[in-house]
Amino acid sequence: MAHIVIDENRCKSCYICLNTCPKGLIKKSQKTSKLGDYLVEFVDPKKECVGCALCAARCPDMAIVEVHK
Amino acid sequence: MQVFKIPESIKKGARFTFCPGCDHGIIVRILAELIDELELKEKTICATSIGCSVFLYDFLNIDCIESPHGRAMAEATGVKRARPDKFVFTYQGDGDFASIGLAESMHGALRGEKVTGICINNTTYGMTGGQMGPTTLLGQKTTTSPMGRFTGTYGYPIKVAEQIALCDGTAFSARVAVDSIAHINQAKKVLKKAFEIQLKGLGYTFVEFLATCPTNWKMTPEEAHDRVKNEMIPEYPLGIFKDITAEDK
Repeated sequence: MAHIVIDENRCKSCYICLNTCPKGLIKKSQKTSKLGDYLVEFVDPKKECVGCALCAARCPDMAIVEVHK
Repeated sequence: MQVFKIPESIKKGARFTFCPGCDHGIIVRILAELIDELELKEKTICATSIGCSVFLYDFLNIDCIESPHGRAMAEATGVKRARPDKFVFTYQGDGDFASIGLAESMHGALRGEKVTGICINNTTYGMTGGQMGPTTLLGQKTTTSPMGRFTGTYGYPIKVAEQIALCDGTAFSARVAVDSIAHINQAKKVLKKAFEIQLKGLGYTFVEFLATCPTNWKMTPEEAHDRVKNEMIPEYPLGIFKDITAEDK
């Protein structure tokens, strides 16, 4: 099953991934980082993710640590 | 099936310490992926510089040598001449490569040292607080050019990839960007080609990356990527300016 794994310790809340996912499956989370910035979360209730890995390719902090197809 | 994982050349548990949205992270990852792909991990020596690019040795699991400001090319020359079997590259910012270290970089290219130079051009001195650098665009406001860069006092920005392409010792010189997926893929291909030319021992290879500095440009990461697309790429055109292995030559 296609999905991604986000490492919250690496995420710096730059939100580049939000605009990158063609299906808009990455959203701002209510959880915050140590610095108080809202983190991102992967929300895919309809199983739309195809594992294109575009989000991982654009993440500058390798916070998207795994992409499965 | 896992289609993406952290490259093996990245140190275990390493977390990038760049600002949020900084393109350095993408470039370091591309670099690590290529080192894995070409199986260079055990034979690579990197000369790092001063500036935001200094942190490279904290992230990559390869041998690195720290150079004084601008002298990465001089150290890379020494390393490559002493150990010609090693794969050697320098990783520098635009201030380090094209301002303080221009003499080293240019003469390294003229001597045709068989190393690869990587220059990250973000049009400012990022680490020290956004001063005007050699590549600052005309009209760009920085902390040392608060009215914008104008030619009367500050002169014109340097186009590094074109200048290096003019040196006879250069085997390969190109400029790439990492602002979009297409450009990231293209950048990886170009950098791979530069590495392969060094492995063949044909001469100096150089790749300039157009990168963002959201903190000092005072923009969000996506606005900064738009600036690369709308302002930097027209001024610094992407492409390969010299390639001695090209077939149509």
